[in-house]
Amino acid sequence: MQYVQNIIFLIVLVLGVGFFVKNIKKLLRNINLGKDVDRSDNKTKRWRNMAKIALGQYKMVKRPVSGILHVVVYVGFIIINIEVLEIIIDGLFGTHRIFSFLGGLYDFLIGSFEILAFLVLVAVIIFWLRRNVMNIKRFLSPELKGWPKSDGNIILYFEVVLMGLFLTMNAADLQLQIMGADHYVSADGSITGAFPISSFIAPLFDGMSISALVIVERAAWWIHIVGILIFLNYLYYSKHLHILLAFPNTWYAKLKPQGEFDNLKAVTDEVMLMMDPDADPFAAPAEGAEEVEVGKFGASDVTDLNWVQLMNSYSCTECGRCTSECPANQTGKKLSPRKIMMDTRDRLEEVGKNIDENNGVFVMDNKQLLDDYITKEELWACTTCNACVEACPIGIDPLSIIIDMRRYMVMEESAAPTDLNNAMTNIENNGAPWPFNQMDRGNWINEA
Amino acid sequence: MSETLKVPTMAEYVALGKQPEVLFWVGCAGSFDDRAKKITKAFARILNKANVDFAVLGAEESCTGDPAKRAGNEFLFQMQAVTNIEVLNGYEVKKIVTACPHCFNTLKNEYPSLGGNYEVVHHTQFLKSLLDDGRLTVEGGKFKGKRITFHDPCYLGRANGVYEAPRDLLRKLDVELVEMRKCKTNGLCCGAGGAQMFKEPEPGNKDVNIERTEQALEVKPDIIAAGCPFCNTMMTDGIKGKEKEGSIEVMDVAEMIASAEEL
Repeated sequence: MQYVQNIIFLIVLVLGVGFFVKNIKKLLRNINLGKDVDRSDNKTKRWRNMAKIALGQYKMVKRPVSGILHVVVYVGFIIINIEVLEIIIDGLFGTHRIFSFLGGLYDFLIGSFEILAFLVLVAVIIFWLRRNVMNIKRFLSPELKGWPKSDGNIILYFEVVLMGLFLTMNAADLQLQIMGADHYVSADGSITGAFPISSFIAPLFDGMSISALVIVERAAWWIHIVGILIFLNYLYYSKHLHILLAFPNTWYAKLKPQGEFDNLKAVTDEVMLMMDPDADPFAAPAEGAEEVEVGKFGASDVTDLNWVQLMNSYSCTECGRCTSECPANQTGKKLSPRKIMMDTRDRLEEVGKNIDENNGVFVMDNKQLLDDYITKEELWACTTCNACVEACPIGIDPLSIIIDMRRYMVMEESAAPTDLNNAMTNIENNGAPWPFNQMDRGNWINEA
Repeated sequence: MSETLKVPTMAEYVALGKQPEVLFWVGCAGSFDDRAKKITKAFARILNKANVDFAVLGAEESCTGDPAKRAGNEFLFQMQAVTNIEVLNGYEVKKIVTACPHCFNTLKNEYPSLGGNYEVVHHTQFLKSLLDDGRLTVEGGKFKGKRITFHDPCYLGRANGVYEAPRDLLRKLDVELVEMRKCKTNGLCCGAGGAQMFKEPEPGNKDVNIERTEQALEVKPDIIAAGCPFCNTMMTDGIKGKEKEGSIEVMDVAEMIASAEEL
């Protein structure tokens, strides 16, 4: 009978982690629907970027208020996870504070967890106020209406509840230790752990019986650990995946100068063929040559994007720093780089579900990323200024998606705005976006 | 002023069996836009003054393809690029200077993988190297103590990380350099990039250049310094829109240096 709790805990743990792993596999499958792109060069620089931007929160603190609050929650999250390890071991083996043999260090650790938990609570409450009371523009954009707003709040509620339970659990534990309850009290009767915060909560339990306190402590312990498992599984359905994906996201981010856009290889092949005086445009394919399917230029759907762009979409936390820096968005245009990322993820999820429902094969659904999610008006409003790329705290590149989609519109649909078509015709005919004769390029020299 | 600009073409150099120190890539705006031509000429005058052996391509220059690429027309971009690369490689060009950050970015970053490998510098970087090497000297003169704010061109700043060269030049002019609240990595675009220069903006509640001009006006400058012919146009239009053209000038850094030296 005494092992029932431990067995139930084991089952809950296996189910919780198992379901999470299942979803992570789905996530990787979806990301791999993207085209291949090689980002394995310059590993030293990539590790350094990851350490600086993801681990070191270098870009987060560029906005000091939200940045420092985020660092508190981030450090709290990582450090308090050490305690989760103890909680899991205690749960599996029915021990009480298994790491307490660390002595003074243990007191220090538990004490710092408590202080961090308290700071996280404060930070999370400020975050909630920023999102719900303070009318901060980037949290009021149209793309955040409905689920994305609730999603943000749910995550904050989770954290409040988890931290509250953690402190309640410690407070009840402390009270039980003081009362000398079996299982809780140490061999020599001294207090295990230091409780700088929960010692203020413990007096609330004065007058409660040991059995009632055990129920409080056990309830807080159970809801806390089950809550963590639920939160773990909530990640996949929320914008909160960045706590995992920020790391690979910064590692695989573009290292080239931000102004450098890739040169499409398929186009280079065509152009080189045109420039080759010996090329025979009517040449029959070589005997036995495989019929090559002509690729699509640019992107109209998520599967035309590369896997880093798709990973970007899963990593996006919808903080909106990109959108708040975007010149088009600031001047009332429809473009919002955050929405580009959110739409990409939504469409990718839709494609993934389609594949799941049709035994692993995508069945045409007459929808695509372009037009059904992202409109042409949004795409044409971009000035390619890279402010969104610069602003992203985890190295997401919304601009590359915009450009790939412009490529599709121009090269596959010939759907550029008329003015642009005129400019491009001029470039083609007279080597300048304006209708001036190329022969007149040097005229300025003699106009002095 | 200098009615005797010495601007030889690459063809002329080659005919003499010589190679210039640097090719001045003028760009479409610098060749055809009346406002931008003044920048081109100012830069050429400085090059003459510093006795720099330079040449232009003249009628052999063509659009780098930047607006086509940003608009999504990769095909047109690459056609332009390989054609230009043939000309540049034919003349065995090693070093290019340009007063247009768009040409700068494209030539520097996007030509190499298509076979065009050159040392490409922005004109503010080149001018700075002339000063550092003692080939050119400037004095504050008429700009001394004036309030100047520098507008970072996206394709020079964020795109390529060049923030200090233009500012160093301005400091040499003894100006009072003031920064807008959005500057350097956080600089706000003028609204012309990404081929926006050649189309009407999408519906919104303001034009980007007006937003940027308002940010510039906040610091009450005497002159808005620019390093890009397109930014220059956008900011000039913005200043006109705010009816400030009588009190605030938009000038390229090269124009300011040429003017300080009374070239």
